[in-house]
Amino acid sequence: MEICIRLEEVRRIYPMEAGDVYALNGVTLDIGVGEFVAIMGSSGSGKTTLLNQIGCLDQPTSGDLFIEGRNTRELSDFELTNLRRDAIGFIFQKFNLIPLLTAFENVEYPLILKTGARDTTGKPADLLKLVGLDGGHIHHTPNQLSGGQQQRVAIARALANNPRILLCDEPTGNLDSKTGQQIMDILTDLNGQGKTIVMVTHSDEIASFADRIITIRDGVIQ
Amino acid sequence: MTFELAKRNVRLHLFRSILAAIGIIIGVVAITSMGMLGGALERSVSDELMNMGNSIIITPAGPSIGDEKAGIDERDIRQIKLIAGRHPTIAFYNTYDQIKVGENRRYASVYGVDPGELPSITTLVSGRYVSGTEGVMIGQSLARQYDIKEGNFITIGIGSREQRLRVVGILENTGFSGGIQTDNAIVGSERWYESKYGGRGKYDQVVITVEDLDEIDRIKDQIDARLNRREDIVNIMDFRAMISSIQDAIGQISLFVMAIGGISLIVAAVSILNVMLISVNERIKEIGILRSIGTQKSDISKMFLYEATILGIIGSAVGGLMSLIGGGFLILLIMQDIKYLMTFNTVFTIFYGMCIGIVICIAAGVYPAHRAAQMNPIDALSND
Ligand SMILES: Nc1ncnc2c1ncn2[C@@H]1O[C@H](COP(=O)(O)OP(=O)(O)OP(=O)(O)O)[C@@H](O)[C@H]1O
Ligand SMILES: [Mg+2]
Repeated sequence: MEICIRLEEVRRIYPMEAGDVYALNGVTLDIGVGEFVAIMGSSGSGKTTLLNQIGCLDQPTSGDLFIEGRNTRELSDFELTNLRRDAIGFIFQKFNLIPLLTAFENVEYPLILKTGARDTTGKPADLLKLVGLDGGHIHHTPNQLSGGQQQRVAIARALANNPRILLCDEPTGNLDSKTGQQIMDILTDLNGQGKTIVMVTHSDEIASFADRIITIRDGVIQ
Repeated sequence: MTFELAKRNVRLHLFRSILAAIGIIIGVVAITSMGMLGGALERSVSDELMNMGNSIIITPAGPSIGDEKAGIDERDIRQIKLIAGRHPTIAFYNTYDQIKVGENRRYASVYGVDPGELPSITTLVSGRYVSGTEGVMIGQSLARQYDIKEGNFITIGIGSREQRLRVVGILENTGFSGGIQTDNAIVGSERWYESKYGGRGKYDQVVITVEDLDEIDRIKDQIDARLNRREDIVNIMDFRAMISSIQDAIGQISLFVMAIGGISLIVAAVSILNVMLISVNERIKEIGILRSIGTQKSDISKMFLYEATILGIIGSAVGGLMSLIGGGFLILLIMQDIKYLMTFNTVFTIFYGMCIGIVICIAAGVYPAHRAAQMNPIDALSND
């Protein structure tokens, strides 16, 4: 199996006045290319922290993280930012769309980050259509869209630069079960197309879509 | 797209943005109208000073003692003219005397000038130049003060020396020019002056009008060497030092006045800084999102710098327009002459003030933009 994401003895310690919090306490983990992994665990166990490490939004306090063979410790902030733009797509529980931009522009934005120019290919509309959003909705701002629609936009945005890795933090957490099901269908499709997916969830039902379930407790993988 | 985001944020928080821009508007108006006022002041004084800048004034060194009047004699004047060469040189008599118009009395300067020289140093408003010993001319200010027209009479002198004379011409105001100052004076012919005050051939002043300022020192030195060889017969002076010190003083006044405007710009900068910090704080989550999907730190700081720049450009443009009106009003109020408004200097000052306004806005945005860019993406994302 070709390794996509590798963690070696990763610790993330939050220094607090009341004492250090070991959010991750020596996590060693390999995730293969094209794998669909679900991360489960109780609240506060360190799931989001783990996902943020993999997404290069944060640096481990100790230990090493390799993304497609590259040690993130050796990358500058500039390079890590470009890695997030090109190789990784984020999907959050709270959708996290940019409120000032329309659905179309939210999807267009990562393309602009990469090319430096506004899109002329119509790719954002294609992506939105792919996740089941078209018509007038694509020119609405996030607050004019339902939760399910917003999450579709968020997925389309995550796909804009054709990343190899999708990181989802409770992607269905704010959706009803029917909409959640639809989102999971989209993710399963994307995984079928070869994308590596790491998904945090509380739900056994949602976790059952994954190839592998990893359980974490107090920052340690069980 | 970062610019687009900045623009939309300004529009979204229009009221707050307008309040911030008002600070800049006031600042720009203050600094430019003060600058324009200073510039106009400088020029109106310069216009007056220019006339005397190129004169050399020669006066007798010794005092008049009793009946023995001090003066520059014909022989000395010939020497001076020889040295002055092509530069126009004029010698004249000058004293103070009482004048009476109707029941009004005052003292005024009285000049005795060669009538042949008069047209080259003065301009007539009405009437004609004097000739022979008949009649005098008066300056425009004096004429206005007593409402004197040509053909009217004025009385010069006290008691037994009183003399009633016809005014034959009115001379245009020249302001403070180096040599002969006719605005409030009586001007008669040499021969009339000699017959009234005596002292024939002992002139009170010689004025050389030097076309080329660089020659002033050479001429002064030569006159000094020739006439003051054994003892000081004449004093020789020019106004360059005085003019430059007056101009320095006015420059400093303008600067001081602009500094007052500058203070209001600092206040404006603080309000921009405040608005930008609020904007950054409100958009922490958005910063986190932007960073998570691959926006570089530099683009985040640009986004906020753009926002500050937009505020600066709008505020400065409105401020520039208003200072044209405000500055014009001030100039009109103080100098009563709008001609000092529409000049290169005014346009430059407004442009300059607007640039300062924009630069100050951008500068005020630097710290908030830096703070936004340095934010940890995780902390920013978890902000609700
Ligand atoms: N910025 C932070 N500063 C201090 N402690 C933190 C911070 N972020 C997380 N933690 C702590 O780290 C631990 C793990 O947090 P994390 O957010 O990873 O949990 P989680 O598994 O995602 O929980 P949930 O299911 O509620 O989302 C928690 O104890 C949390 O309090
Ligand atoms: Mg979490």
